[in-house]
Amino acid sequence: MTIALSIKNLQKTYANGFEALKGIDLDVQQGDFFALLGPNGAGKSTTIGIVTSLINKTKGSVEIFGKDIDRDFTAAKSYLGLVPQEFNFNVFEPVQEILWNQAGYYGIERKTAEQRAERYLKQLDLWGKRRDQAGMLSGGMKRRLMIARALIHEPRLLILDEPTAGVDIEIRHSMWKFLRDINAAGTTIILTTHYLEEAENLCRNIAIIDHGQLIENTSIRALLRQLHFETFILDLEEDTSEFPIVDGFHITPIDENTIEVEIDKTKSCNVLFEQFTKHNIHVKSMRNKTNRLEQLFMHLVTESDARNGVKNTNDAA
Amino acid sequence: MELKILMTLREQYVAFQTIVIREIRRFSRIWIQTILPAMITTALYFVIFGNLIGKQIGDMEGFRYIDYIIPGLILMSIITNSYANVVSSFYSAKFQKNIEEMLVSPVPNYVILLGFVGGGVARGMSCGIAVTLVAMFFSNTGIENIWVVFSIAVLTAVLFSLGGFINAVFAKSFDDISIVPTFVLTPLTYLGGIFYTISVLPDFWQKVSLVNPILYMVNAFRYGVLGTSDINLITSYIIVLVFIAVLFAFSLFLLEKGHGIRK
Repeated sequence: MTIALSIKNLQKTYANGFEALKGIDLDVQQGDFFALLGPNGAGKSTTIGIVTSLINKTKGSVEIFGKDIDRDFTAAKSYLGLVPQEFNFNVFEPVQEILWNQAGYYGIERKTAEQRAERYLKQLDLWGKRRDQAGMLSGGMKRRLMIARALIHEPRLLILDEPTAGVDIEIRHSMWKFLRDINAAGTTIILTTHYLEEAENLCRNIAIIDHGQLIENTSIRALLRQLHFETFILDLEEDTSEFPIVDGFHITPIDENTIEVEIDKTKSCNVLFEQFTKHNIHVKSMRNKTNRLEQLFMHLVTESDARNGVKNTNDAA
Repeated sequence: MELKILMTLREQYVAFQTIVIREIRRFSRIWIQTILPAMITTALYFVIFGNLIGKQIGDMEGFRYIDYIIPGLILMSIITNSYANVVSSFYSAKFQKNIEEMLVSPVPNYVILLGFVGGGVARGMSCGIAVTLVAMFFSNTGIENIWVVFSIAVLTAVLFSLGGFINAVFAKSFDDISIVPTFVLTPLTYLGGIFYTISVLPDFWQKVSLVNPILYMVNAFRYGVLGTSDINLITSYIIVLVFIAVLFAFSLFLLEKGHGIRK
């Protein structure tokens, strides 16, 4: 299998002495939909910045489809598309000109650029806004414009740094569909996000960075298998104050008719419901307290913080 | 140092053309801020210094005063506008972070630099032509040597575009992009022989004036228009070309280092 992104011993120390990356090794396979997660300040953006040449590395190497970003930077950069976290287009430029210009920076002739711009603007539902100044677009449209811009040179590897931040649910879901489609068409995607539901829904593999180090690098499925407990919120039909003690289930009342139940994944929920039925407790509805990945993420980051002797003040997820 | 593999020449040309066209579109969109002020300001210079005060001054170097100052005023608009275009455009690209569009692409640094300089030259020359059209309402002087006029105009625009680029690289706020034009460029331009021949100055100030590089450009340009100059033409070309070479090398060094644009 071809490796889309290969990072070896990547280190970055900023001018103020802050060690943002302490030697990261990471491989992302061609065709993967890969999540790069971590709390704020963990080193995700620094890693992406180095891969995309926006930040100078201190040490290590980065290859994109086997092309070194220093030695073979023309090919390496041509393979790569970036959707950054912050809006970084000229707000005074019309939408279609932003795409034409970006194509031009890759040496793509204007006629081809116009054809591709039309295709991506239509796919991302921005064709009607093509002559508008980019600054006049809504937040969701701006995000989609940055995706269209990143795709204009048809990269083999697309990196999205929190692409759905501040986007409403409907647009987020349409963006997910679009990203799934281009991934299915062969584009390798690396995604950073604070919505762990997004990572769980879209990605097959995951790496977690904390304190400039990789603390996890596995498949989402394998990671979720590590989860021994899941927490559910149960809404009850009547006010209840006494609950049966059931092995493998930890029940905490929240209010008169709502309880939180931590369930051992080796146990069947039927056992709990049988006990509830016996005690005449009727469950009206049931939902996950948090996203499963979010629970694991918090657990891993807390462990990492403990290893690094840090109090957990990160506003992860 | 590792040898980098670059884009093909055709791809580099497309990238260069893209940056220049984007720059031309940018200053054309806001022509009221970029082209018109040069015309109005110069028209006022012509009215005040040419028609009103000029008549009191009489001839200079055998030319009507208004005819004598026309070359300098055209060149002044080229200097200020080529500088202003690059300093504001590149700093805005840094400020809005859209410079990252180019930095993530494979376009080589020298193409980025040449593209911004091309934009500066385009605006400088547009303003120069606009001011020349205004001048035609006040004077009917001809052009002695079109090649000298054209080459000095372009070289001056290149030089001050590079100056604007360096200013923008170091600028950390919008205030920083107006400091050099206000406190360095304007005084040097006014003292660069636009309104007078240095032969009217005392010996000491004549020698001091020779340190001012703008004097060489103004005089070379005036030679192209009127056929008269305080400075040897070849010396002027050498001075301009040396300045261009030094500023180009320094600009490229800053880009390669990523000064102010890469962490």
